[in-house]
Amino acid sequence: MKKRSILLNGMALVTAVVAVLFIAAAPHEEVDIPKETWSFQGFFGKFDQAQVKRGFQVYKDVCSACHAMNLMSYRNLAQIGFSEDEIKEIAASVQVTDGPNDAGDMFERAGKPSDTFKPPFANEQAARAANNGALPPDLSLIARSRAGKGFAGYEGADYIHAILTGYKEPPAGFQLQDGMNYNEYFRGHQIAMPQPLSDGAVTFADGAPNTLEDESRDVAAFLSWAGEPNLEARHLTGLKAVLFLVVFTLLFYAVKRKVWSKIH
Amino acid sequence: MTAVFKNPVIRWIDHRLPVFSYLQHEANDYPTPKNLSYWWNFGSIAGFMLMVMIATGIFLAMQYTPHVDHAFNSVERIMRDVNYGWMLRYLHMNGASMFFIAVYIHIFRGIYYGSFKAPRELLWIIGVLILLLMMATAFMGYVLPWGQMSFWGATVITNLFSAIPVVGDSIVTLLWGGFAVDNPTLNRFFSLHYLLPFVILGVVVVHVLALHRFGSNNPTGIDMKGPQDSIPFHPYYTVKDMYGLGVFMLFYAFWVFFAPVALGDPDNFIPANPLSTPEHIVPEWYFLPFYAILRSIPDKLTGVLAMGASIAVLFILPWLDRSPVRSGAYRPAFKRFFWTLVFVCAILMFAGKYAPANYWLPFELTIVPPEYMAAQAHLESVDALWPISFAGGHFGIQIITLGQIATVYYFAFFLVILPLLSIFERTLPLPLSISKAVLESHGGGAQSSSAAAKEKA
Ligand code: HEC
Ligand code: HEM
Repeated sequence: MKKRSILLNGMALVTAVVAVLFIAAAPHEEVDIPKETWSFQGFFGKFDQAQVKRGFQVYKDVCSACHAMNLMSYRNLAQIGFSEDEIKEIAASVQVTDGPNDAGDMFERAGKPSDTFKPPFANEQAARAANNGALPPDLSLIARSRAGKGFAGYEGADYIHAILTGYKEPPAGFQLQDGMNYNEYFRGHQIAMPQPLSDGAVTFADGAPNTLEDESRDVAAFLSWAGEPNLEARHLTGLKAVLFLVVFTLLFYAVKRKVWSKIH
Repeated sequence: MTAVFKNPVIRWIDHRLPVFSYLQHEANDYPTPKNLSYWWNFGSIAGFMLMVMIATGIFLAMQYTPHVDHAFNSVERIMRDVNYGWMLRYLHMNGASMFFIAVYIHIFRGIYYGSFKAPRELLWIIGVLILLLMMATAFMGYVLPWGQMSFWGATVITNLFSAIPVVGDSIVTLLWGGFAVDNPTLNRFFSLHYLLPFVILGVVVVHVLALHRFGSNNPTGIDMKGPQDSIPFHPYYTVKDMYGLGVFMLFYAFWVFFAPVALGDPDNFIPANPLSTPEHIVPEWYFLPFYAILRSIPDKLTGVLAMGASIAVLFILPWLDRSPVRSGAYRPAFKRFFWTLVFVCAILMFAGKYAPANYWLPFELTIVPPEYMAAQAHLESVDALWPISFAGGHFGIQIITLGQIATVYYFAFFLVILPLLSIFERTLPLPLSISKAVLESHGGGAQSSSAAAKEKA
């Protein structure tokens, strides 16, 4: 038993190598999405509140013309630092249909913080009709559903940033269909969404720089927050859990050593 | 048999209902081989994971809505609005993976050390039954959040049953509760997903009862011969199990808190849409080896049968491996084939992940589509490609070929190699007893002479 067979260890090693290959070997992607650094990545990652707030402004001023966010309510904005009054004001800026009232009629009223973000279109057909037959997807979970083969889950932000900054002139000879736009990072390079952002497209309330790059990063951060509003709680609870488990494990390791010392 | 307890209340109860004597006997004094390695920790870890799954599952079910129009959003509500709902869901989601990791290690441990051999055949068979039940439970659970992969995974897997002659289509209709994966499917899957873990719990109890009949096997594979070979379960293995559990929970916590979706598919964050098929439909990692076996055979029925056989073969393992020596530690040839099997299962997992037509370029650590290889070879047509290709200086193996080679080895291991090894292998001398082996491994003594390999019951 003492002489471990070299072969045994060898095979274990091979297995480990294959496991690594398995993780490393990625399908040959047509394009590599550029990696960005985000404040919310890593064990201690947190959202940059000012950035997420600016990102909401980009969504509200630009993206919300086409994209719904069904999972978000105005009240959720409190988490990224909007005051109660600001939230009331933002909600009240839209008219929503409510009812039926006592007379049995539907009626229009100003939005309330408990309402979900008002969608731009009444239904899928209307959305397609307004967008050349293409459907602008709901953005609530876009950062999560576009995370690709990403490991930690924040790769969706890289993708959003890439798409928004990836509009280029099509290379010579590229067959662009009618109403489509060339995008370096979209699968197949033809996207139905016209370039939504450009330098100076949004003027930020906090006066932050508003190049295409800044706007794209800010809205990507906002959509990452919307995709997982509890990310910070997760990281914080995780650190506490790990701390507890390390103590727990060391304790039982010590007890185990003590108890077994009588046997060995 | 009844133990004597100091506490009068306990004594009163125990006299009428000897649960305390039973516990004392089965969990406290229970004689256990003194030489169990850390590979023996995974049984109790699997039990722990079952408890975690049931506990988190019950709380998830309080907020979950099994209806095609609400399931996806109800899960997102759990993630967003229920206090610590995100934690429950991540614990449950990653818990399934942890459960499978523990059980797969547990099974490989059993194969390596011959724990399935007499007199533990029934114990082993009950274990394989647990694996089957787990697979059914995890499959149905994955359908519940009703994302794209939930829906399309359910469609692909349930459709497999249609390959069965005569009754296939009726089975599929029964599973669906209609003529497509739809609301009735979701409802029955939820009902069964709630039920099966408790069935598993029952089978686990039987598993442990069968275990306690002869006690644990051990790294030497020889039986306990007397008190010098065994120690009471408590405190020795209770503390060792707790220590192992701590390490495992750290591993689990890493996934739950720092990479909670790494093991899942991002497409499941898109609500199910029967009108839009995802580009790649892949099952969760723990089903990939079986999926690879299924896909390595072009004929649907044969593929389904092979997939079923890959588990069925485990049921008859005690009668395939007839070597009188239990432990792989004393079986030099077996050891090699065993580790090759582990390696092959990793390959199968890999092959299950990618589309069969793609090529794997091992030296470039990448997977490329056949079109790419065709272009490298300056071929007009993709059909002209070979399973193994050197196009443009790239060495590539087609994923399906890789899967086929691995599938052949998988079955050969059980059906050919093990029976032959039982006859031809020259095993190493066994230690005289467990306590002798323990002493030797601590630097003591002479080469042991052989002991009777295994006592038939
Ligand atoms: C004029 C309408 C319009 C506006 C404004 C718009 N989009 Fe889009 N968006 C679309 C359409 C249409 C699609 C679907 C594209 C397709 O499938 O080809 C789309 C798709 C997307 C996608 C998904 C790409 C994929 O991988 O499928 C993302 C991400 C996205 N938009 C982000 C944004 C962001 C962020 C903004 C605001 C800065 C924005 N969009 C503004 C119309 C719009
Ligand atoms: C053997 C134990 C179990 C296994 C292996 C298992 C596995 C799974 C899996 C893989 C999912 C999908 C996770 C996801 O992608 O979101 C899931 C979801 C779910 N399970 Fe279980 N489960 C088990 C026990 C239970 C029990 C006992 C209950 C209820 C009492 C339960 C209730 C649920 C519910 C409500 C969901 C949907 C919510 C969600 O997707 O997170 N599970 N299960």
